[in-house]
Amino acid sequence: MSVLIFSLFIFVLACFIGFELISKVPPTLHTPLMSGANAISGITIVGALIVAGGVGGDLGKYLGLAAIIFATINVVGGFMVTDRMLEMFKKKEDDK
Amino acid sequence: MSQFLPESILTWLPDAIQLLYLVATAFFIRGLKLLNSPQTARRGNMLASVGMLIGIVVTLFDKQIVSFELIIIGVLIGGLIGVVLAKKVAMTAMPELVAVFNGFGGGASALVAWGELARYESITAIDSTGMVTIGLSVFIGSLTFTGSFIAFGKLKGFISGNAITFPGLNVINIGSMIAVLVLIVLYAMDPGNTNLFWVILGVSLLIGVTSVIPIGGADMPVVISLLNSYSGIAASMAGFVLGNNLLIVSGALVGAAGLILTNIMCKAMNRSLANVIFGSFGGDGASGGGGGADGDKTVRETSAEDLAIQVAYASKVVIVPGYGLAVAQAQHIVKEVASNLEERGVQVKYGVHPVAGRMPGHMNVLLAEADVPYDLLYDMDQINPEFASTDVVLIIGANDVVNPMAKTSPGSPIYGMPILDVEDAKRTIVFKRSLSVGYAGIDNPLFYAEKNQMFFGDAKKSLQALNEALKDI
Repeated sequence: MSVLIFSLFIFVLACFIGFELISKVPPTLHTPLMSGANAISGITIVGALIVAGGVGGDLGKYLGLAAIIFATINVVGGFMVTDRMLEMFKKKEDDK
Repeated sequence: MSQFLPESILTWLPDAIQLLYLVATAFFIRGLKLLNSPQTARRGNMLASVGMLIGIVVTLFDKQIVSFELIIIGVLIGGLIGVVLAKKVAMTAMPELVAVFNGFGGGASALVAWGELARYESITAIDSTGMVTIGLSVFIGSLTFTGSFIAFGKLKGFISGNAITFPGLNVINIGSMIAVLVLIVLYAMDPGNTNLFWVILGVSLLIGVTSVIPIGGADMPVVISLLNSYSGIAASMAGFVLGNNLLIVSGALVGAAGLILTNIMCKAMNRSLANVIFGSFGGDGASGGGGGADGDKTVRETSAEDLAIQVAYASKVVIVPGYGLAVAQAQHIVKEVASNLEERGVQVKYGVHPVAGRMPGHMNVLLAEADVPYDLLYDMDQINPEFASTDVVLIIGANDVVNPMAKTSPGSPIYGMPILDVEDAKRTIVFKRSLSVGYAGIDNPLFYAEKNQMFFGDAKKSLQALNEALKDI
């Protein structure tokens, strides 16, 4: 089995997990969920680290640097703002 | 950081990295799962961010990484920008912010693929499957990048929210997408031809612009959700490029989740995804459909004092918030009116349509910001049976989601869209600036119904007046 086929396996199975995980979310949480999922897509930062810190030409490194900046904005901002939203969700009993 | 480790550890380091990637993946899956319920959502987000931290820290030990200057600079700059944006943004601007973050995520994936290509040109050649995945990653990432910023511009009002289109634009868009895919294959067969790469990059960036420009402003949430899905797939493709399982899995999770969310939103508006993308719905060109120009329709107006008496002596009041409430930033005063009524023993509930606000669930966030407990917010399916036993419904800045034509008029553009059955209540009050049409561009018979009264004016000012009047009772 080639690496590509193996990767495809993982990809397809992960898609199915994603479908299952999200299909029953209450509308209340759609916005936080969207921004939370969005933050997770910033995982591409892992790729950016390898490109920016790896061996190779200067162009590749600077593209990697730009990728790190972009991905970090996505990750840090995404998780923080999602937390800010979710922090506000309270039940009636918890009222101060 | 692997160079700082002793030889004995280096032999099992690659396996350890992969195992920890697996742990990070588990955190993401568990996190997304916990995001399904309001009680656990915050913990879910926390878990996902821990997963991200594990992924990042572990990667720093990858032996491919030899220098850290750029990494430190990049993380500092990006982190600072991210923190400022996340802290400063107003809750009403959440859709714009999600669009921006999404654009950066997509852009990052495209840059990773491009950077990988640039690196390899100076080391060795990449095989053709590698070239295809690089091409796809650049394609999806770039169109997510430009598309998200166009969506941002539309939400912010920099770019007209109307559907900007001309005949044949859809054909051009589909044609260019196919052309890019063909170019990617050609490029994979002839990797030396860097001109092909530039064309792929340029056309992909353009497609992002031309495919979002024709979509109406109120459909932007669907577009953002779809672009969110794309940014996940772009990350996944970057994972294929680098042979990195963590990227492949996490990207696929987000891609699938985004697709499901997109689908839920389309259902709530009773439109197919194809209709949203190619329909150019809304704006100047929208047909008057079924509205009709019948002349002698009368509306009944109400005043703050009159309304105060009606709600103060009601036993059950339902508040239906909409886009107008968000625009007027009236969420805090709504909460005040509601608390005032609750103190008088009136039962107050909120009926929230799935597409109320500027993106699905946005209204819930805004009300949560105003300290409205989430268990008072009712979904459409939960609240609809309750309208029959409701004395007064306060419809604040909502229009199309309470338009009975969605049920009665098959010719209407919104026909078939699930709505809130407010006309079952004993009395409806519409807070609105004027009798103007809603986003769908059609008249609303509810305004002229016998049981309905209009309270004209800015939502925030009207509610303040109502609140004052309530104090005098």
